[in-house]
Amino acid sequence: MATTSPTELRAGQQATGRVRIAALLQRQGALIALVLLVLFGALRYEGFLGGYNITEVLRYNSMFGLIALGMTFVIMTGGIDLSVGGVAALASVLAALLSPYGMLPAVVVPVLAGLLVGLLNGVVIARLAIPPFITTLATLLAARGMALILANNASVSVDSGAGFASISLGSVFSIPLPDGAFNVTIPLLVLLVAYALGSLALNYTRFGRHVLAVGGNEEAARLMGLPVARIKISVYAINGALAALAGVILAALTFTGLPTEGLGWELSAIAAVVVGGTLLTGGMGSVGATLVGVLLLGLIFNILNFENGRGVVSLSAYWQSVIRGVFLLVVIILQNRLAGRRQ
Amino acid sequence: MTNLDQAASARRLTLPGRLGSVGQAYGALIALIVLVLYNVLFTPNFLAAQTLNINLTQVATIVIVATGMTLVIATGGIDLSVGSLMAISGALAPIIFLGKLVPLNPLVGTALAFIVPVLVAGLFGLFNGVLVTTFRIQPIVATLVLFIAGRGIAQVVTNGNLQAFRNPGFQYIGLGRPLGIPFQAILMLLIVALVAWVMRTTVFGRYILATGGNEAAARLAGVPVNQIKRMVYVISGLLAGLAGLIVIAINSSSDANLVGLNMELDAIAAVAVGGTTGGRVTIVGTLIGALIIQLIRFTLLAQGVPFAVAQVINAAIILVAVYIQSQR
Repeated sequence: MATTSPTELRAGQQATGRVRIAALLQRQGALIALVLLVLFGALRYEGFLGGYNITEVLRYNSMFGLIALGMTFVIMTGGIDLSVGGVAALASVLAALLSPYGMLPAVVVPVLAGLLVGLLNGVVIARLAIPPFITTLATLLAARGMALILANNASVSVDSGAGFASISLGSVFSIPLPDGAFNVTIPLLVLLVAYALGSLALNYTRFGRHVLAVGGNEEAARLMGLPVARIKISVYAINGALAALAGVILAALTFTGLPTEGLGWELSAIAAVVVGGTLLTGGMGSVGATLVGVLLLGLIFNILNFENGRGVVSLSAYWQSVIRGVFLLVVIILQNRLAGRRQ
Repeated sequence: MTNLDQAASARRLTLPGRLGSVGQAYGALIALIVLVLYNVLFTPNFLAAQTLNINLTQVATIVIVATGMTLVIATGGIDLSVGSLMAISGALAPIIFLGKLVPLNPLVGTALAFIVPVLVAGLFGLFNGVLVTTFRIQPIVATLVLFIAGRGIAQVVTNGNLQAFRNPGFQYIGLGRPLGIPFQAILMLLIVALVAWVMRTTVFGRYILATGGNEAAARLAGVPVNQIKRMVYVISGLLAGLAGLIVIAINSSSDANLVGLNMELDAIAAVAVGGTTGGRVTIVGTLIGALIIQLIRFTLLAQGVPFAVAQVINAAIILVAVYIQSQR
């Protein structure tokens, strides 16, 4: 047996150390960037960490968080869902139309409608073997068309008398902070519960393992006897329901059902998932990382607002999408490089 | 049994199969013919020059963008950025010929307004191609970057303002009517013919098919796969840039928020209905696919069906068409 010289050993350790740092960066890079961005904001802008700002940022981004959560599961199976923006618009219209009849129908019916669209996506993809990209493109058009038909080509006002509006205004409890109290709003609570359930499902249930198995190697999963079709149908159905829930929140936040809203939401959600670190090839992913991705992309808008408020540099709202795109670019290139080094 | 008999029986066996494959191969064409016949019979004035011109004007930009998309999809990729690239080229052209950047001789300005925006869009296409090849990023994510940032760039360049203009020389590309035919329809046919010829007869065309059919095998066989992929994204960018110019020429104005919006969806749908997939390409199929999508929209609107309902029906037809194509 050959003995290893100390220098060789040290070199090996250094190499694995570097590999470990690369792996850590790939897995937690988004989190590190988020922490840095929050620190930057906190030091530079007054009120950035105030209760009012935190409440608003989290309330607004809860919609995107819900969609990105469902999208994470879809992407982990190796699929994609472009229909979410249309489903959210449809759900917001349904919620507004049903708001006079009380809270329950205005929430349950839209979510069921979203679930149905998701089921349709899943059945067509899993049973008819039509590519997810094309299938969900078609249901995107269909859902948006349905929303326009139901809304009669105009936005629909939410009935303010019934209890529905309280979804956006209600606060479950609040924590006093400088610059106003931090309110845990209902949208935020829904988001937190959804992510907790999503994380549990992915890490501690058979369903979660099956999702990863299907995305990792569909043929192998089939040969192992996993119900591949049923798993795929489930993730699209869940994503449809979550997108609809986001639409219900949209209606509650804006007091309107908006048939034309949600343009490009599907791609923002995909961007958030990718920024979080989930690979589009499926087979791996993390629910928490997606939440980090959503907050990261959401904070860029928030920081832009604060920066304009300072009046030193003035960047129009249009810069938002440029910066988001550049951000996505940096993240995917870094991830790619880091993943390459680890192999 | 003689050899001749065997051959005959083999032919008999494949006959029903062949009939079926005729249906699949020409399914899109048959659908187009049915749509045209229906309109000839039931839509008043369908064959009037004005109606034909409206349809041609509207379908030309979809076909031009979808032709580039066909090549990208044939290599097994996808290009989500085409709508945003249209917005960029549409934003740049008026800036150039209105002399906002540098005052130019009107003739030079108009000439540059054709060349520079298209080249810029081509460069962005190269950017997509480099991300896909050198950085090995999946096409859908790589082109997502410019889908998001591209429209933002166009909006930042114009500050989100509408640029209105009147420049007959430049607008000929969208409003010109040589022999009564919309100029962009002629442009569309030229592009389709050129690309179809390239795909059928040139090595470049074969390489595209080889790349989409089996990338690893193509690489081993010596096909410059990365170069081919970069080329198709550049072509897609150039054609999107051209389409952007046509759209603003028709409108006599450029609105970065609207030019090319949802074009990626129309183009991908046209390619899918036409029957192009990785390793199998049909440029004429894409032309037929785009015509079908345009005619469905037109027919439903002509019959008084609301736009929203038309969209739902359109979606269903795309799904059915792709399902039939996938059964081959």
